[in-house]
Amino acid sequence: MVTSSSLVYLIGLPLFGAVFLLLMGRKADKWGHLFATAMSAGSFVLGLLHFFAMTNRSEEERPITQTLFTWIEAGDFKVDAALLLDQLSICFVLLISGVGTLIHIYSISYMSHDENRRRFFAYLNLFVASMLLLVLGNSYLNLYVGWEGVGLASYLLIGFWNQKPAYATASKKAFVMNRVGDMGLTIAIMIAFATMGTVSFDGVKEAVDRVGTPTLTAMGIMLLVAAAGKSAQFPLQAWLGDAMAGPTPVSALIHAATMVTAGVYLIVRSNFVFDAAPTAQLLVVIVGAITLIFGAIIGMAKDDIKKALAASTMSQIGYMIVAAGLGPAGYAFAIMHLLTHGFFKAGMFLGAGSVMHGMNDEVNMRKYGGLRKMMPITFATFGLGYLAIIGVPPFAGFYSKDEIIATAFNSGGAQGIILGSVTLLGAVITAFYMTRVMVLTFSGKPRWDDGVHPHESPALMWLPMALLAIGSVTAGYLFTQGEALVHWLSPLFAKKGEYDELMPHSVVTVLAITAVIIGVTAALMKYQFKSVDSVVPTDVSLATRLARNDLGQDVVNEALFMRPGQALTEGIVAIDERVVDGAVRGIGAMTVGSGATLRRTQSGYVRSYAALILLGALVLLAGIWVVTQ
Amino acid sequence: MSTFITPVLNYAMLAPILVVLAGALIGVLIEAFAPQRSRSSSQLLLAVFTLIVALLALIRTRGTYSNKVAMNSVTFDGAGYLLQMSILIIALIAILLLADSDKFAAAPTAAPGSDEERQAQAANIRVTEIYPLTLFAIAGMLLFTVSSDLITLFVALEVLSLPLYLMAGLARRRRLASQEAALKYFLLGAFSSAFFLFGIAYLYGYSDSITFAGIAAAITGGAANDVFLLIGISFVSVGLLFKVSAVPFHSWAPDVYQGAPTAVTAFMAAATKVAAFGAMLRIFYVAFAGDVWQWRPMLTAVALVTMVFGSLVAISQRDVKRMLAYSSIAHAGFLLSGIIALNKSGLDATIFYLFAYGVATVGAFAIVSLVSDSSGEVSDLNRWAGLGKRSPWIATSFAFLLLTFAGIPLTSGFVGKFAIFSAAYESGNTAILITGVLSSAIAAFFYIRIIVLIFFKDPVEDGTSVVIPSMYTRITIVASLIITLVLGVFPAPVLDYITQTAFFLR
Repeated sequence: MVTSSSLVYLIGLPLFGAVFLLLMGRKADKWGHLFATAMSAGSFVLGLLHFFAMTNRSEEERPITQTLFTWIEAGDFKVDAALLLDQLSICFVLLISGVGTLIHIYSISYMSHDENRRRFFAYLNLFVASMLLLVLGNSYLNLYVGWEGVGLASYLLIGFWNQKPAYATASKKAFVMNRVGDMGLTIAIMIAFATMGTVSFDGVKEAVDRVGTPTLTAMGIMLLVAAAGKSAQFPLQAWLGDAMAGPTPVSALIHAATMVTAGVYLIVRSNFVFDAAPTAQLLVVIVGAITLIFGAIIGMAKDDIKKALAASTMSQIGYMIVAAGLGPAGYAFAIMHLLTHGFFKAGMFLGAGSVMHGMNDEVNMRKYGGLRKMMPITFATFGLGYLAIIGVPPFAGFYSKDEIIATAFNSGGAQGIILGSVTLLGAVITAFYMTRVMVLTFSGKPRWDDGVHPHESPALMWLPMALLAIGSVTAGYLFTQGEALVHWLSPLFAKKGEYDELMPHSVVTVLAITAVIIGVTAALMKYQFKSVDSVVPTDVSLATRLARNDLGQDVVNEALFMRPGQALTEGIVAIDERVVDGAVRGIGAMTVGSGATLRRTQSGYVRSYAALILLGALVLLAGIWVVTQ
Repeated sequence: MSTFITPVLNYAMLAPILVVLAGALIGVLIEAFAPQRSRSSSQLLLAVFTLIVALLALIRTRGTYSNKVAMNSVTFDGAGYLLQMSILIIALIAILLLADSDKFAAAPTAAPGSDEERQAQAANIRVTEIYPLTLFAIAGMLLFTVSSDLITLFVALEVLSLPLYLMAGLARRRRLASQEAALKYFLLGAFSSAFFLFGIAYLYGYSDSITFAGIAAAITGGAANDVFLLIGISFVSVGLLFKVSAVPFHSWAPDVYQGAPTAVTAFMAAATKVAAFGAMLRIFYVAFAGDVWQWRPMLTAVALVTMVFGSLVAISQRDVKRMLAYSSIAHAGFLLSGIIALNKSGLDATIFYLFAYGVATVGAFAIVSLVSDSSGEVSDLNRWAGLGKRSPWIATSFAFLLLTFAGIPLTSGFVGKFAIFSAAYESGNTAILITGVLSSAIAAFFYIRIIVLIFFKDPVEDGTSVVIPSMYTRITIVASLIITLVLGVFPAPVLDYITQTAFFLR
């Protein structure tokens, strides 16, 4: 039986792998990837053991903690480095280590020609360790360590091929935009510390009643900022598309299945804060809804297969954020969609990697076409993921998305109608752009460049894809069977309030399926039954042009943040140089000057030295005499 | 006819001093009779052996304290034990630098540039009188810190000073500067000794006693003529302040530090400071403590001026040895704060500071002796530019020692400054505290400027290079670095030991 004392090894194994491989250097090149995979797999097996152990315990006894050491102690304030494994974190542990291990396996083959493969695997292990720490920390401060760790790993992996300046820039962009979000988390922690005197989840949960709503609202908004940064939500979404510069397994693991969902985790984990701060909760919903549509629109116009998938990720996380913002009614569904999304989106990214692998690293879908026959396995696994994401029953995405749409409609009043419509509209667009990806890639006539010979990827690559595809097919059914996941998670959240069912669940299901049919049909009309140009058409509508440019997100960022930011730093530098440095230099010059003047007393003549001593003696005498009188 | 009283001597307690004196005398014999070839090594061996034996003899006396040793003229107590220990350890590190005997004049008695000197140089004569001279000086220093009457104090002062005057004139290169330094040191030393002696006379006149205890009793009694006491304290202070190079009695220091052979400067700067401050601690804590309200303002003023002056003038120095001289002046100011505090923590802090500063100083001068060109040591700071690129290890070591002088955390200098300023604060002397911290900031400026010069300026191509250190010099530098680092990172055991041990028998 596994006990709480083994929790540390969940993180320890991959962390050891990362440190060990980085320290070993080139010596470990031959077997480093296997070692890293074993570490990740070990973590997964341990996670499974913990999961089974947890299911055997009664509901109250399920959460377990392991205190590692006292981290910070200052007066009354004490933070332990402690790990908490409860019903929520075990879901993440299994997702992270499970999908992580599959992606390790996939990368063995995918990265086999890269001479820095060992370093890549070390970073992957570092990521897995940090992400596990993020979800296992028992306080905001412990979470923060993992939060920064995944940011670092993400930065290292996006810029893994940093010999290309554009890739290095992309990693920097991701890092900087994440920092904006991190600042939100920092402030949230400070608010907790200042007003509640504690930063642990339990402590904050208890303290919620003691502090006023304005405090909680502020903390909630800051947590939302943090979530938006990590999860690429409006208005901090711009980095995710560029993050696709990293190797494709990285995109699958970090920028689809796990790290980008950390924001959802943060909000769900902080449910007690948001439940008590309706304003913050409303903002969460708004941010999610905007991103949901925003990402979907961008996804419609992207020709780069990875960027199309990235836009889709953004949009799907929008769904999760909306669900998380709907309070106790939605938390479980947010997590459910997160898990199913983890399967199908990771599977599709790996599929995209497989396609690129066969197409000489081409990412432009307009240069694909007709790959169905050349890559049957990739087509099949990708196709299953496709069916899952657009929400065709009985695939995974259908269940989770359906629940979110229903919860949105039923959140009541005008908000319910607007949210329901938005999520439905999102479903239409999702169906459209995913069908577009599918058709452009696997169907139609080949539009390949000369000298490209598509071929199926080796087993080491398609096996993980197949396993993920199984997840994409079955996960949704398993989670909703007897409301398994909802019951599993419910002890962690407040009781759902009673609400009027605006729309019966069956109606929502029909609506959702209709939305899918509309989206798929529109896409088929446009791409399947017409020939597709391998050159990007230029005579397109303004809307398309906008969507191609990510709805101007970079322009906005530049105008709103970058230029004023640069002006500010330049101004500060000028002030620093003229005023601060000027003062310092002035004092310095004055000091040097006085030193030089005093130096003249050092004439070198022994007679003047003796005179000085005599003078000194007399002054001493006079001094004492004056004091005495 | 008065009866002759047989002096009773406690040989066990006097053993460290006697051992060093014996070693010095044997050294003189070696110099006279041993063949030229083996002199250098046997002298070094003898000196190191003597110091180790003295150290062991000192450790044997641990825990046995008495103020009746040698007819009440010498007091062995905790503070004396620690100070003697510091002097012996520092001397042990510093004496290894003397092993590079090509740094010393071949024929010290010959006029610079004379035929006699040229012949001596051509014959490659190495003179090793410096070892017995150093041992004599060490014996004087050991006695200086435990003297408890004014006559013994004066004798010890002269025993330690006279060899130093000679040693300063022994440089092999730039002999004129070296001899000028020696003569200046001697003349000014004699001048200040005269003040000292004058002060002793007044103190005797005031208290009718030459022992510290007698003076203390007279001050407590308070009946005698205050003017005598006032003049006595002032003039005795002049003699001591001269030795520790406090402003305005500092003017010899830069010239002597620069002119003397670097190895001698290292020993002089470190060990003399411990001895002189040790004696000063004793006389002010034991003899003059009752009169503190009279001398404290005077000494505070001296300390303030010394700190500020030393720090300011150090900035405009172009010569590394002069820079270190002014830095030592500034440090004298900081150390004075410990004496002025006149409390237990002031005593502890001063002893710690003395030891830490002494060790670091030896290391710094050892490194200075390595930077050279074909004609000898290069002490011009401009030519040190870019040293970090050519000799990263030496440059890093020097930078570390500079950081110690600047009092940057994780070095012994920080711990020492912190302790001594805490003691000053405890005694309510905020003027010292504020000025001390400000001058530390000024001082940090020039230390760090040198670090910048060494590491971030391009080297000048003028043949300045670092000679490969001999084994002895290497031991000196490494020992100094290790002690400095250990005292900086784990100061607690040493501080605790000092706190437990340091006290004055009155």
